Amino acid sequence: MERKQKRRLRRIILAAALFAAVLAVDRLGVLPAVFTNRYYAMALYLAPYLLCGTPVLRKAVLGVKNRQPFDECFLMTVATVGAFATAENAEAVAVMLFYQVGEWFQDYAVGRSRGSVKALMEIVPTFARVERIGAVETVEPDEVAVGDVLVIRPGERIPVDGTVLSGESWLDTSALTGESVPRRAGEGTGVVSGCINGEGLLRVRCDKVFEDSAVSRILALVEEAAEKKSATEQFITRFARHYTPAVVFSALALALVPPIFGGAWSTWIYRACAFLVISCPCALVISVPLAFFGGIGAASRCGVLVKGSNYLELLARLDTVVSDKTGTLTKGQFKVSAILCAKDVSRMDLLAAVSAAESGSTHPIAQAILRDAAEEGIVPPAAQEVQNHAGSGVTALVSGETVLVGSEAFLEQAGISCTAEVPEGVTVCHAARNGVYLGAVCISDAVKDEAPQAIRALRRQGVRRMVMLTGDRAPAALAVARTLGVDEVYARLLPGDKVAKVEELLATLPAGGRLAFIGDGINDAPVLRRADVGIAMGSLGSDAAIEAADVVIMDDDLRRLPRVMEIARRTVTVSRQNIVFALAVKAAVLIISAAGLATMWTAVFADVGVAVLCILNAMRLLSAHRTVDKDSPERL
Amino acid sequence: MKKKFNCEIDCANCAAKVEDAIAKLDGVESVRINFMMQKFTLEAPDERFDEVLRAAVAAGKKIEPDFSVEC
Repeated sequence: MERKQKRRLRRIILAAALFAAVLAVDRLGVLPAVFTNRYYAMALYLAPYLLCGTPVLRKAVLGVKNRQPFDECFLMTVATVGAFATAENAEAVAVMLFYQVGEWFQDYAVGRSRGSVKALMEIVPTFARVERIGAVETVEPDEVAVGDVLVIRPGERIPVDGTVLSGESWLDTSALTGESVPRRAGEGTGVVSGCINGEGLLRVRCDKVFEDSAVSRILALVEEAAEKKSATEQFITRFARHYTPAVVFSALALALVPPIFGGAWSTWIYRACAFLVISCPCALVISVPLAFFGGIGAASRCGVLVKGSNYLELLARLDTVVSDKTGTLTKGQFKVSAILCAKDVSRMDLLAAVSAAESGSTHPIAQAILRDAAEEGIVPPAAQEVQNHAGSGVTALVSGETVLVGSEAFLEQAGISCTAEVPEGVTVCHAARNGVYLGAVCISDAVKDEAPQAIRALRRQGVRRMVMLTGDRAPAALAVARTLGVDEVYARLLPGDKVAKVEELLATLPAGGRLAFIGDGINDAPVLRRADVGIAMGSLGSDAAIEAADVVIMDDDLRRLPRVMEIARRTVTVSRQNIVFALAVKAAVLIISAAGLATMWTAVFADVGVAVLCILNAMRLLSAHRTVDKDSPERL
Repeated sequence: MKKKFNCEIDCANCAAKVEDAIAKLDGVESVRINFMMQKFTLEAPDERFDEVLRAAVAAGKKIEPDFSVEC
């Protein structure tokens, strides 16, 4: 590409120099004998014309031969040949020359943005160090087999997905997730390809071959994203298909009809040629896809994969955001949220009694209590005669005293009244010892720290309705909804109910509004597919979610969503600006040229100038990440 | 079998034209030319893949002389 561009540029410069020389001699009248002869003059001007225009002429001929004649090359060929025919030699060369300059610039711009998107994805490891029979060999990443042991030195990129066998280090995951805080890796941690190893030396067992590793999958996604066309892009393609023939026939009519009624042939052919040059659709055809490509690039730079231009367009128009609760808005991890002690009972005493009774249990609630006790430095005393009463509680003998832990009903059955005032929306474990009430431990799933902020930012981006769906009980769901400021909550839903609910919500959308569903990717695949935009969270490594979702937030941070909405809206705005601007300028100049007020020179500038401006406008998106959410204090 | 190659293609419109032409060839199950990423993806039966690939590249070159595939 690079070499080809340089070669083209050299030809353009050479042709321009030659053209300038011929033009100077012509205008200064140094060689009147040559330039007054029409054929000699044309021959001299043909030299720079052919030098820069041969590829265009060849393509135009090829297009006619393949029965697909109506493209830019055809327009330019007809216009310039027409100009030569009407003895406007200088104009003919200028049109071809400027057209080639515009084309070259387009090519350069596309190359630049392609390069910058590729740079975002500069996560491809180039080698792997494999331990083989005592020696370490350096091989290509795709030669690593599952089960191979890899050595990753400090500063090196992890070549394939795997598990750490030994060593301790920090991993820089920013290339994959946009997250700048490094992630810790130690024995047993799963590591993802594309991350950069920090200070320590790691030995990693390969779990997935290179092709199935995160890096390869992400690259494939980004490449395919450009293939799913947005409605705007499809409109432009369809538009160009009808537009170009329409323009050619209008030009033909402009050249033929007025002379029949007494106009001069040369004047009207000249005007028709100018008309053809102006109407060339290249500004639209290149700048709209370029805008979407830039938008996808900007989104992936902040850690969000948008799987197609069409989704970018939908994200710009989100009206309703439906979210799963556990794992998306909440951490999906039970935690002790309050410890309520009865009179004359110490916190330590209560926790020790409860944790002792629960010490043998693997239930998530028991685990949460044990974790909390361990954090407070409590070693649970040994418990004997532990009896589990399915679903309601536990009895145990701790240091010779009978401890009861369980629901309110369970304790009341034993004749103990629970006096603690328990907040709503939490799971409660009451406790009693030797018939005396000790207090209660409240457990809840904590709301993610960034979730309320993310929801506020979403509203600023124009989301009108926030809905939470959950399989959880209503009180717990309501408590979470209140902290978050969600508009509607639907609790106790089975996965199938979620699809039905989303369908209901889709039916109530206002015209033009779109619905997004955010889930953590587990069991959510049908809902993700059903929503206009399916958004999966924290899915690095979860194949099902990456498959089903349209947008993947690479780390768990919900706040990336409003940023991407902003990028999406900018992309849509820029592509609309380009369409409106290009069409308006062209329409204006077309009318002027048909009326005979525009020269071929104006026409060339209307065409190439508009294309260049549109491309520059589209390229602004590549730097979009720096200007997002500037006036908000909650900037990431 | 589906395989992806780096390719060279000059414009989005050329990519669409070449894609149309290759899609009509015998043995081509699916074809994609990605102008932005300069990638060419061809799907064809395993036993005829090389033959179909050659035919596809030739057909592409006929439409667009600048089209080339790194095999």
